[in-house]
Amino acid sequence: MITSCFGASYKEVQIGDIVTLAQDKPFVLECGVSISNFPLAYQSYGTLNARRSNAILICHALSGDQYVCGTHPVTGKEGWWDRMVGPGKPIDTNHFFVICSNVIGSCMGSFGPKETNPATAKPYGVSFPFITLGDMVRAQALLLDHLGIEKLFCVIGGSMGGMQALEWAARLPHRIQAAMPIATSIRQSAQNIAFHEIGRQAIMADPDWCDGNYLEQRKYPAKGLAVARMAAHVTYLSESMLQQKFGRHLQGENFTYGFDADFRIESYLRHQGQSFVERFDANSYLYLTRAASYFDLTEGGRIKLTDLFAGTKVRFCVVSFTSDWLYSSIESRNLVRALNAVAANVSFTEIECDKGHDSFLLDVPEFDAVMRGFINGSAALFGISPPDGGVR
Amino acid sequence: MHTTSKQIPSNGPDPATSAGIVLRPDLQAIADMVAPNTTLLDVGCGEGELLAWLQQKKNVSGRGIELSQTGVNHSIAKGLSVIQGDADTDLQYYPDQAYDYAVLGQTLQTLRDPKEVLEQLVRIARHAIVSVPNFGHWKNRLYLTLMGKMPVTKTLSYNWYDTPNIHFCTITDFVNLCGDLGFVIEKRLYVSHQGVPTTFNNHDFFANVLGEQGIFMIRR
Repeated sequence: MITSCFGASYKEVQIGDIVTLAQDKPFVLECGVSISNFPLAYQSYGTLNARRSNAILICHALSGDQYVCGTHPVTGKEGWWDRMVGPGKPIDTNHFFVICSNVIGSCMGSFGPKETNPATAKPYGVSFPFITLGDMVRAQALLLDHLGIEKLFCVIGGSMGGMQALEWAARLPHRIQAAMPIATSIRQSAQNIAFHEIGRQAIMADPDWCDGNYLEQRKYPAKGLAVARMAAHVTYLSESMLQQKFGRHLQGENFTYGFDADFRIESYLRHQGQSFVERFDANSYLYLTRAASYFDLTEGGRIKLTDLFAGTKVRFCVVSFTSDWLYSSIESRNLVRALNAVAANVSFTEIECDKGHDSFLLDVPEFDAVMRGFINGSAALFGISPPDGGVR
Repeated sequence: MHTTSKQIPSNGPDPATSAGIVLRPDLQAIADMVAPNTTLLDVGCGEGELLAWLQQKKNVSGRGIELSQTGVNHSIAKGLSVIQGDADTDLQYYPDQAYDYAVLGQTLQTLRDPKEVLEQLVRIARHAIVSVPNFGHWKNRLYLTLMGKMPVTKTLSYNWYDTPNIHFCTITDFVNLCGDLGFVIEKRLYVSHQGVPTTFNNHDFFANVLGEQGIFMIRR
C-alpha cells in the first residue's frame, strides 16, 4: 500500500493497488517526452473469467478516480458510480470483471504532477510533461497487458471518460468489443475549452499556487482550486435543476447585506469547492483540463470520422442527456451519423433528464435500463461467460 | 378467401410458442418475407419487436431507428442496436446498399416526405419492405361517404386534428407512386380486417377495397 497526501492539510491516505508500468520499454507521450517506470493506480471489482473475456474498463471523468464503487479512501464516501457498478447493479460485478484506473496526470496514485520526479527528488509540479487523452488510454492498455487481458469486453465512460472510450474505439479497436461513450464529444468544444481556461486561471491567480511549486513550499492554492470547481460545477448542472433545487432560497430569514453565502446555491457551491480541494490536486486540474482541451479525434479536421471508424467491429452505444449543455446531444448525434455512414453497429439514445451533464452520475432509471440492456445484450452477442462459467 | 393464422407462410417454427414473442400480424407478414442470416434496418422500429423476433428466429443482424425515446430505450434494453432518430432526416447518413432489407412498418403516412424516404430505403437496402394503411379500404370510403366526416376506425384511430398520419394514401396510390419512381414491386400482400395476410389473388381492385393494409417488398 502506497500513501499519498491530499488537500491543504496534506493528509496522508493509503490509495490501494498501484502497478509500475513501462519497466522494459519507455512510454513515449504525445508531447514527445519519454517516461518509464511510472505508477498507475487502479481498482478492480468482480472476477475475471477463465477465458479472460469478461473485463469491462470504466474510464473516469476529469475529477473522478479509480474508486468507482465501495468506500473512497479520501472522502470516506461511496465511489463515484456506486449506484451503477456492483453485484446485481446495471454493470454487474457478479458477471463482469470491472477495472478502473486513475488516469495519468491525475492525483490518486497514478503518474501525475504531485508525484516525485526521481531526477530532482522533488514533486514534478509544472515540470510535469503534458499528457493527452491518447496517452491516458495507452497507459490503460499497458495496465491490461500487465493484467493479462488481451481484449476488453467493453469500455465505458462519461464526459472525459467518454472521450477515452472513443479514443479506445478509434485507436485500439482490436482490443475492445464494445464501447459506451456517454455525455461526451469527439472533440472538446470552444465553450468547454473556455470554461477550463477559467478554472486554470483561477488556480494560477491564487498566490499559494506558487508558480506551480506549492508542494515544495508546503502551501496550497485552496481558494483558486475551489473557485475553479465552483465554476465547473455550475456547468455540470442545468438551469431547471438549479431552479428546482435551490431557487432563490436563502440560508437565513433575510438578506445579510454582506458577502456571506446568503443564497443556498452560494452555500452549496462553496461546499462543493471546499470538499473538492480536500481530495484533488490543483496542478492535476491544470494538466487534465489541458488534456481534455487538446482532445480532437479529427485532429483539427484532418481526419474524417468515417475514415477513422470505417470497418469498425466495435459495438457502440452512444448516450446523451437532453439537459446537458456542456456536451449537448448534437455532438453525440454527429458521432452517430458518422458511425451509421460506415454501417457500424451503433445504438444511440438521448435520455430525457433535466439534471444537466451530471445526469449520467445520478439516479436516472431509464439510463440504468439502457446500460443493463446494452451490456447484457452485447455479452450475449459476443458469448461472454460469467466468472463461474455458468449461463448468465 | 380468408386464411387462418396457421397458414401464414413461415420458414421458422410457430412464433407464438418458441420465441416468446407474438408479433402483430402485419409485422409477422413482414418477418416472413425476410430470409434468414441477412441484415436489416427497421425504420420506426418501435420497441424493437420485429428486430428481436428476427434476431432470435432467423439470425438476422438488425438495426433500428426510432423517434420515441421510450421505444429506443426499450429496444436497447432488449440488447438490440437502435438509434434515436428521424426517418425524414437521418436516412441520408446511411451508406448505399448497406443492408439486405430496410423495413418501414406503418410509418410512411407519418413522414414529412414519404417519397424521399422511399428513395432512401431502396438506396440503403437491396429490398425495402413497406407496410401502408389503406385509406381506400371500404370502411373508410363508407365512413366518409355516409357520415361526411374523416374516418375514425380501429386502424385509423385518430381524429383529423390530432393524427400523426399526415400523408395518407390508398394501396392504388402507393402502387402508382412505386411506378412513378421506377421501383420494382417484388412482393405484395394485404392484411384484411381480421388481421390475416392474403394476396386477394393479386386482384388490385379488391385489394384496394378490402385490404386494411398493404405490405410491399420493393427495390430500385
